[in-house]
Formats: sequence, C-alpha cells, structure tokens
Amino acid sequence: MSDVVEKTLTALPSLLSLDSQPGSAKLSSNSKLGNLIRGITELTSKHEEEKLIQRELLLIKEQVSSPNTTMRQMKELMVRAIYCEMLGYGVSFSYIHAIKLAQQGNVLEKRVGYLAVSLFLNESHELLLLLVNTVLKDLQSTNLIEVCMALTVVSQMFPKDMIPAILPLVEEKLNHPKEIIRRKAVLALYKFYLIAPNQVQHIHNKFRKALCDKDPGVMSASLHIYLQLIQENPEGYKDLAPSFVTILKQVVGGKLPMDFNYHSVPAPWLQIHLLRILSFLGKNDQSTSEIMYEILDESLRRAEMNHNITYAILYECVKCIYTIHPKSDLLEKAAKCIGNFVLSPKINLKYLGLKALTYVVQQDPKLALQHQMTIIECLDHPDLIIKRETLELLFRITNDQNVTVIVEKMLDFLRISEDDHTTIDLVGKCFHSVETCYNRISQTVFLNFSLRVRFDSVEEDKKLRLFAVNSYISLLQGDASKLPQRFLQVICWVLGEYSHLRDDLEPDVIVRLLAKLLDMKTSSSETKCWVLMAMTKLCPGGAALALVHNVSETYSSSLDTMLRQRAQELEILSQDSELQAKVLPRSASMEPVEVDSSLSFLDGFVSEALAAGAAPYKPPHQRQEELSRSKALNLEPYGLSLPISMSSCSITDRQSPTLLSISSGLSGDSTDFSHKGSSTVLKLDGVKRLWGRDGYLAQKEPTEEAPRIEAASPVRSADQLGNNNSQTPTPTPTPECDQEKQQLASSLFVGLASQSSICLMGKSDQPSQRFRRKTKASGSSEQITNPLVFPSDGSDNLLYKNLLDSPDLDGSPPEQTPGLDAPNGACDAEEESTDADMKEIKTPPIRDEHVTAEASPHHDPDGSKDPSLTSHLPAELSALSHSKTTTLFSKQNLDVSACHVQKEDSVVLVVFISNCSDSFLQQIRLQVDSEELEVSCVSDSPSEELKSHSVAVCQYFLTVKRPSVHFDLSATVSWQPPAGSPLTTQFSYRLPLTAFIRALRLSTEEYGAKWLAFSHDTKQNLTLIQGGRDPLAATLDVLKRKLQLHVVEVIGVEAIVACCLQQDQPCLMHCRMHAGMLSVWLRSPVPDLPDCLLYCCQRALQEL
Amino acid sequence: MIKAILIFNNHGKPRLIRFYQYFSEDMQQQIIRETFHLVSKRDDNVCNFLEGSDYKLIYRHYATLYFVFCVDSSESELGILDLIQVFVETLDKCFENVCELDLIFHMDKVHYILQEVVMGGMVLETNMNEIVAQVEVQNRMEKSEGGLSAAPARAVSAVKNMNLPEIPRNINIGDINIKVPSLSPF
Repeated sequence: MSDVVEKTLTALPSLLSLDSQPGSAKLSSNSKLGNLIRGITELTSKHEEEKLIQRELLLIKEQVSSPNTTMRQMKELMVRAIYCEMLGYGVSFSYIHAIKLAQQGNVLEKRVGYLAVSLFLNESHELLLLLVNTVLKDLQSTNLIEVCMALTVVSQMFPKDMIPAILPLVEEKLNHPKEIIRRKAVLALYKFYLIAPNQVQHIHNKFRKALCDKDPGVMSASLHIYLQLIQENPEGYKDLAPSFVTILKQVVGGKLPMDFNYHSVPAPWLQIHLLRILSFLGKNDQSTSEIMYEILDESLRRAEMNHNITYAILYECVKCIYTIHPKSDLLEKAAKCIGNFVLSPKINLKYLGLKALTYVVQQDPKLALQHQMTIIECLDHPDLIIKRETLELLFRITNDQNVTVIVEKMLDFLRISEDDHTTIDLVGKCFHSVETCYNRISQTVFLNFSLRVRFDSVEEDKKLRLFAVNSYISLLQGDASKLPQRFLQVICWVLGEYSHLRDDLEPDVIVRLLAKLLDMKTSSSETKCWVLMAMTKLCPGGAALALVHNVSETYSSSLDTMLRQRAQELEILSQDSELQAKVLPRSASMEPVEVDSSLSFLDGFVSEALAAGAAPYKPPHQRQEELSRSKALNLEPYGLSLPISMSSCSITDRQSPTLLSISSGLSGDSTDFSHKGSSTVLKLDGVKRLWGRDGYLAQKEPTEEAPRIEAASPVRSADQLGNNNSQTPTPTPTPECDQEKQQLASSLFVGLASQSSICLMGKSDQPSQRFRRKTKASGSSEQITNPLVFPSDGSDNLLYKNLLDSPDLDGSPPEQTPGLDAPNGACDAEEESTDADMKEIKTPPIRDEHVTAEASPHHDPDGSKDPSLTSHLPAELSALSHSKTTTLFSKQNLDVSACHVQKEDSVVLVVFISNCSDSFLQQIRLQVDSEELEVSCVSDSPSEELKSHSVAVCQYFLTVKRPSVHFDLSATVSWQPPAGSPLTTQFSYRLPLTAFIRALRLSTEEYGAKWLAFSHDTKQNLTLIQGGRDPLAATLDVLKRKLQLHVVEVIGVEAIVACCLQQDQPCLMHCRMHAGMLSVWLRSPVPDLPDCLLYCCQRALQEL
Repeated sequence: MIKAILIFNNHGKPRLIRFYQYFSEDMQQQIIRETFHLVSKRDDNVCNFLEGSDYKLIYRHYATLYFVFCVDSSESELGILDLIQVFVETLDKCFENVCELDLIFHMDKVHYILQEVVMGGMVLETNMNEIVAQVEVQNRMEKSEGGLSAAPARAVSAVKNMNLPEIPRNINIGDINIKVPSLSPF
C-alpha cells in the first residue's frame, strides 16, 4: 500500500493545477517531505542518512533565507526542518525563520511557526525575546485559535523575565467566556507559578475562582495548581478541604455530564487528582482526615468495575487512606484492596500492588506477612521491574533477623542488573540495611557484600580496590582508635588482600600501620586476629621482618587461642615465603571457597581415632541428655572462650584450613540456602503427614473454614488471615518447591509477626541470634547426612547453649549441685541464708524446690512456710495461687520475705518487710530491678516508717523483657533504725520461667496456622516417662501439670502442645514418640523462648 | 508533570518527540536511544512501567509503535497508561485508522492533537470528544483557508481506505510498516 500512497502524493500536484496556484506550493512541498522520508527509509546506513539529511538541510537553508520564499513555502520548509530536528540534526539556522513565521504568517502558518519555536527553542534561548511581542499581539487577538496558540506556547516555554509583560493579559483570560481559553490560561498561570512563583502570588484568589468555575474542565485544570500549592504548604489550604471533598463527592456521585465519563467511570483523572490533594491535606491532621472518611469509603465502594482506570482510582484511594489519619475500618478495606492488586494476574496491577505494599508496610508489617507467598513469587518474577519493586518492599521490612537473607537477595539481583541507576540505588540500600543492623549482623554478610560488589567488572574492580586501599591507608595514618572494630577488621582484610595493587608502597609501611592497631588499647582480640592475618598475607621480606617477628612472639603466648593460632601462622609463614605463596595465593582471593561441609576429608582421621579406641561422636542432644542425667560434670565454664574463637574463625575461613570449613559453610553463601531448604524437606517429612499448614490434615476438609470465623484475638486472626491468604495464589505447587518457598518466607518475614517482642529484645540477645542461625543452617542438615563425623556441630551447639544460658552462669551454674549454692556470694543475704541454724534457710536459688513449688501452685496453694505473712497478702491476690514465701534476709530485726503471685495475665511479686524489733524503723526504701524482667511498682512501701512488729507489703508487676530459664531480681532495701546510721542491704530473688508460662488454648487449625509463622525453633529428644500404659499421655500429663502447658491434640504417637509467655508471646510444641524418646520441636516468634522452655520441660521430666 | 513524550517505532526511529523540559539536542537523542533500548527489550507480558531515579517511564506498544511517556512522581501510573490510550484513540479518530505513516507524513498534525491533550507538561484534556472537537475547529479553519491544500490529506485517507487486494511490496520503504494498531488491549 505504501507505494500507492507515494504515487498518489507525487501524482497529486500534476492532477491539481500546478505552480503558481496557492495550494500547489503546499502540495509539492508535501511531496518533498514525502521524498525526504522515502529517501531516508531507503537508506541502509546511518552514514548515508547523514549525507542525505545534510544535503536536505543545505537546501532548506538556502530556501528559507531566500527573500522570494513565501510564507506558505516557509511553512512547509519548517515542517521539514522539524522532521530533521527530530532525527537529531541541528537546524539552528531555521530558528529565526520559525519566529518570523509565527510573527508574520496567517493563522495556519503561525501555527507551524509556534510549533517549530516550541520544539526548537528553550526557555533561556535569547531568540525567544523576539517572540514576546507576537505572543502579546496574539493574546489580544479576537481569533480564538490565535489566543489558544499563544497560550500554548506560553505554557510550553516563556522567558522568565518577560512574564510580567504578559501576565495581565493571561490573567484577563481567566474571565474569558470560552472555557477552553480559561482552561489554558489556568495552566499557563500554573506554569508561571512553577518557573517564577513570586510573580503570581497576587493572583492566588483568582486560582480559587478557577476552582469554583462553572466548567468542570477549568476546575480540573486548577487542580494542577492546588496539587502543587498544597504539596508545598498543606497548612495554608486546610480550609479548602471541605470543598475538595464536596467536589469529589459530586464527581463520584455522577453529577458531572456524561461527557466526562471514561469507560463509564466519571472523570477518573479528576478523581485521581482530588484524591492526591486530599491525601496531602489529611496527612497528620485528624480533623481534616475525618471529613474525608466518608467519601473515601464511597470511592472504594464505587470503584468496583474491572477497568484499568478504576484501579488507578483505587490505588490513589488506598494511598490516601494510608497517608491520612488512620481509621480502622477504612484501613481494613484498603488492605483488602491491596490484596486485590497483589493477587491480580495483570502484571501492571501486581506492580502497583507491590508499590502500595511498600508504601504501607512500615505502618502495617502484617500486611506483608499476609502476602508473603506472593512476594516470594514476585522475587522470582522474570520482569526485573517487579523484582526490583519486591526488593524495595523487602528493604522496608528489614530487621536484624532477616537482614542477611534480604541483603543476600539484593546481591543476587545486583548481579543480573545492568542498569547503573538500579545498581547504585540497591548498593545504597544494602549498605543502609547493613548499617542499621550494624551491631547485629554477622560480618560474613558484610564481607560477602563487599566482595560481590567488586565482582562487577575487572577494570572497575581494580580501581575500586585501589581506591579502598588508598582511603583505608589514609584512615589508618590518622587516628584509628575511634573507628568501630568491625570496620577495622574490614580494613585489615582489604589491606591484606589488595595493598599489593599499590606498587609504590612497600609492604613494610602497611605492616607498620597494622602494628599500630595491635598496640591500640581499644582493639579487641578479634580485630587483632585480623591484623595478624593481614600481616601474614603481606609477609614482607624486608625491614619489617623484625617487627613481624616481635609481634608474633608477643601474641604466641596470648591467652586467646585464636590469637595464638594466628601468631603461630604468622611466625611460620613469614619465614617461609614459598609456603606462604602456596597457602595464600594472591590471585585466588576472589575464587569461591569450596567447602566440604560433611568434612569427609576427616573420615580417615576419624576411623583411625576410632580404631585407636576413641569414643564415637555423639550428637549434641544426646550429649546434653547424658550430661543432664549424670548431673556431675559441669562443662559450661569452659565454653566461654569458644564464642570468640568461633566467630573469628568464621571470618577468616579462607586462611586456616584446619578450622575453617564449617564456618564458611555456614556463612551465608548461596549453598547455605539449599542446605536450609533440603534440611527442612528432610525434617518435615515425618511431621508433615499429620500436621499441615492448616493443622491436622486428616480433618482439613470439614474444618478448614473454621479458623477464619473464630478470630479470637486480633493478633491471632491476622496471622491466620496471612496464612490463609498466602495459600490462595499457590493452590498446589509441588511440595518441595512450596516448602522451599515457605522456608524462604519464614526467613524473610521473620520478626514481622512479633514486632513488639523484637523491640523488647533489644540488642542484648544478638550473639545467640547469630549462632542460632548457623546452627539451623548446618547442624540440622548435616546431622542427618553424617552424624558421626561432625564435631563442629557439637561445639556450635554447646557454645550456643552457653551464650544462651550465660545469665545463669554467674548466678548459679551448678544447679544440679545444691550444696554449692550461690558460690559467687553476690549478696550477704544469700550468704547468711546458707546458715543452717536459722529458720529461713530456704534460699531462693535452690531451684529444685522452687520449681516444684512453682510448678504445682494449684495443688499446693498453702505451702507457704509462714502463714502469718501470707495473711498480709492483699485481698485481691490472696485468692490466687502464690509461691512459697521465702525469707530473703533477716538482719537487725528486719525480716524481708517475698513470694510471687500468678495472676491470669501477669505475675506479681509481693515483698513483705516485717519489723521484728520493738522500735520504729524509719525511711524504709525498697528498690527492685532485673535485667530480664520489667519491674513496675504497684504499691511501693507505703509507710516511711514501720511500727514495731508490723509488716509492710510492696507489690511489683513483673513482665518478661527477655525469656530466660529463670529470672533474677536484685533488690536493695534501706532503712534507718531508731538509733544509728541508715543501713542498706541487697538481696536477690529468683523466679522460674514457669511462673510466667500460661496455657494457650487454641484449636488445631489455629495451631497449624501459627506454626509456620514462627521463626525461632529448637528440637531435642526428651526422656519419656516410662511405666504407664501410655508413656506419651503420662509425659504430657506431667508437662501439663508442672508447666501449665495446654495439650491441643494428641494423635497417635504425636501431640501438639501450646503455651504462651504472658499472653502475647506464644510458644508451640510438637511432640513425637520415637525410639523410646520424646522428640520435641518448639517454635516461637520470641527468640530464646523455645530453648528456655525446653530446658524447663527437661527439668520437669527429670524431677519425677 | 509529564517531562517528555516519545513515539518511536520498533526499530527505534523517532516518530514524534516532545520534551516539556529542556534538554540539549544531543541529550534528547541519547534519551531517545536509551529509552528505546530499555523499552524494546521488554516482552509484551511484563508491566508497562519503568522506574528511574526521579522519573517513571510509562509506555504502551501498539503494533509498530511505542508510545512512551516520561513523567515525574506526581503522575498516576495507571492514569497515564489510559491517557496514552486516549491519545491513540484520538489519533485513530482524526486519521481514520491511524498507522505509522500518518504519524510520519502528518507529524505537525499529530503535534497539534497532542497539544490539545497535554499542554506544557500538564494534562489538559482527557475527554476524547473534546479533543477531537478542538482539532476539528482547527481543521475547518484550515479547509476554509487552504481550499485545495486539504486535498492531499483527504486523498491519502481515501487511498488508505480502499480495499486493496494485495499489499504491493515492490517499494522498499524499510521499516515503515502499515498496520492498524490494535486499539483495545482490554
């Protein structure tokens, strides 16, 4: 067909009389454009095109400057010039002619002239000044089209300085009878506002008039202005909020003429604008927000049709609802709406859904939890844009628990991304994530991160490394003592690896710099290890050898094993440069380390050792049990040095072949992931059959809907909703894949469900956090593959246990040996109470007694030793079960005793201070503190003075800050005897974890829903209570009685049990009878809680 | 605000370029090239949005042409997506079965139509009938004044609407491809 067009075009001039006729010029010229276009498209190379266009331009140039060219011809020439300009060829010679055309031509020619001007020139072009007069003239023209053209060109570009000249004329146009003129005038004024805001300040009330214009088109044009104004200064326009709401109400209500409908949606773009404005107005302003609730609700309701544009409105609605002062039912609807977006099969909507999630997730992290499976899917989406948006979303929910996984994902993305902007953006985010969780993150991530970013390109790499080396050296030359330890470690690594890139620098210099670090008081031994490593890598031959020798000598007698090891390495390698080159080849630093996580290379060694009579390896839980059974050995204090060495080992894995492989296997390489995945697949096998995501699978069909209906508590229902929803997008994926995704989900969304508990946890639990991750990553999988050859697992676990139990270590490590109670003698109260003569011998730290007392409060409510004291219990507490009253100390006629009362939702500590003397005691003050508990005073010692033989009662509410096996309260009491100086005594009181444990009553379905949402878990085998016909039932009974656990359901050899720590911190337990043992698996959103509870279970079962 | 509107074909040949923010000539060409590079390698089943640091690209692909709007954060993605649709439908109405050729030979006209939709980077009118009406007013003026000058346009559309048994292929006009864009992706 195209040639027909061409032929027609060329034939037409001859058909329609030729030359001198006024119309023919355009015709022939039109065909000239046609010729040009055809000419261009026939060409094959860019070069030819260039030549042709240059020729064409010469022709045009000649013609435009010829005085004989008519305006009509000029118009055609201009179109050709525009075409050439669009292709990227400079046509500056024609600029002036374009202006001339706009000045002198008739309407049509003027139009081309204006178009050419607006395409060719920019606001600051000097030629534009020549146009001002033309514009002035046209604005005053009676021809509407000329006025329109003038306004259009003004809004496209106008010299800033000349605005005052035409401003009155444009303002005048706001009153023009034609709405199109008014509308264009409004936009022109908006443009003026954008380029010179102070010049249009005086006409703000005219904007208001435009807003109230009878024509909706003018009104909607004025919204552009208000959107901008309100964005800049929402406070100044609060009075307009009701007007905007009214307008939106009318629009949504279909009050506009049908013309404004688009796909039967009334004026959608107008609605979008209004919603944006409302969100700016309602932000952080409750009263303004309240005006909007109704209309937002209406908008949400009305926009139900399934057209693209209704989604545009919905999206704005949702954003608005989440921006303004929150209203719960609207939020609920908006959340549902976001769900529709996210689950939509349309990719555009999915994208916007992710964007909306990203926007709201900071306010409502649960929402991300709801859609976790979709998010996981989007993470693997082929569209990079979707992927990026997902990462953006994950970035927003980064916390110290999932940062590793998320940064890992970001790095994955970085490797496939080619876009510079994205890379820069993401690297920034990675750094931000790492920084915010700085103290909490394992250095592995940090290191992997710095490594991988450097992967990008070889050349860039080298530059970057050199830059890093240079900047780090200059840092070290300054005052390094203020730098964070971790940063110093990175510096050491980088210098060790890359300082050779600087040819002009002798290694000696760097060694000296590093040695400076060693001498710094602030350097931790971990950092020192790094320094030694770096030195080993640098290994100078020259002058610094003596220094190195010195250093290695100093540290080879260090108390720290790791440091000693490094020093030895340094000593040996610095003397044998050949060996050094072999062990630490320079070029290999970027090669991935292959890790034999099963430690198969040790097989020979192990079998030899076994043959030589060594004891076979026992998995840690077995060891633990034996340990607890024997009760005699206390290994714990030895564990203390391990954490340090282990952590440093994980960093320096590449260099020490003896210790390394385990830790590098754990250190968050990508292999780590598959490990995790496969391990769960294995582990879940036994469980999954009966206990699905929705609980007990056999009953799934009839009861599936049940949990949705009975939303017991808001938290619970949200969780359920999450799990139910997350199922919908993936109806039946292959089980492994599904599980892998779930695993990923639980690692990504960890910590979202229990936001509050995380805040409470603070930083203190970090070390255990870190190690736990590793235990999970490797221990569980490798235990199965090769239980024999795995010494590391044990140490790992042990060490973790140590860290976890560390609060006990200083208090009373030998719990199993009551005779050695309170060896540290922290307080005189305890020392005194060991005195067997006194009647109050029962020292609180004797756990065994305590536990029994606590565990069965219902059975032994009046087991208190001192009934008289109990009678002092406040009325509201006396009905509740309380622990034995234990005397904390007795001195100078003052007795202090305490007990704790278990209320439904809390624990109250009651302290009795009794005055046994015959005289007054004055200024009694009691202060109670605890590291793991939050102590809030209910009623402080009421009387400043205590009469003789009377008792003062103080109550304290206790809430758990951080789970622990038992909680130590330290208290200080001070008083003043009638004669003499004030006295102060300290004492301590210990509560078991069981005091805080309450039964959690839930259904099997709820249990199933929660199970997967919890991220912290522990598994172990417990001894079954033998003898009865049903060991499982008997064991459960004991647990139920002693720990108040709630047995949700028992099915065959399995049972599920639930409890909670103070109502909102649930812990779920899955028990299974297996080979004469009870293997339990505990899960909770609260770190440490499973471990502590497990310990309690162990104790409870052993004490029978 | 809309920062730029770019129309180019499947080979990256620009068909209409309109910047609402100043960029130098070279920069403009670079932007066109990069935009084409970004947009052309995307499948049809991925989303129609691309995001940069400050700007978003929102595009639609019709048969041989890409319509790309470059906007800042104040514009609604889906809103612009439908605006493109309105624009193309308007073109279709004005040119009667619009095709790439119309855009090439009547570049100026396309610009005038666009001016009625977007003015100085702001959305002026989204109602197709209104846009067409405005363009018609200008056309009438053109007819009354130009007399015969309007004939070629009419001739072209007459030729286009003829039922040709076969599309002749003897003239090689390279990347020009005549296809009516599918106008209703919904």
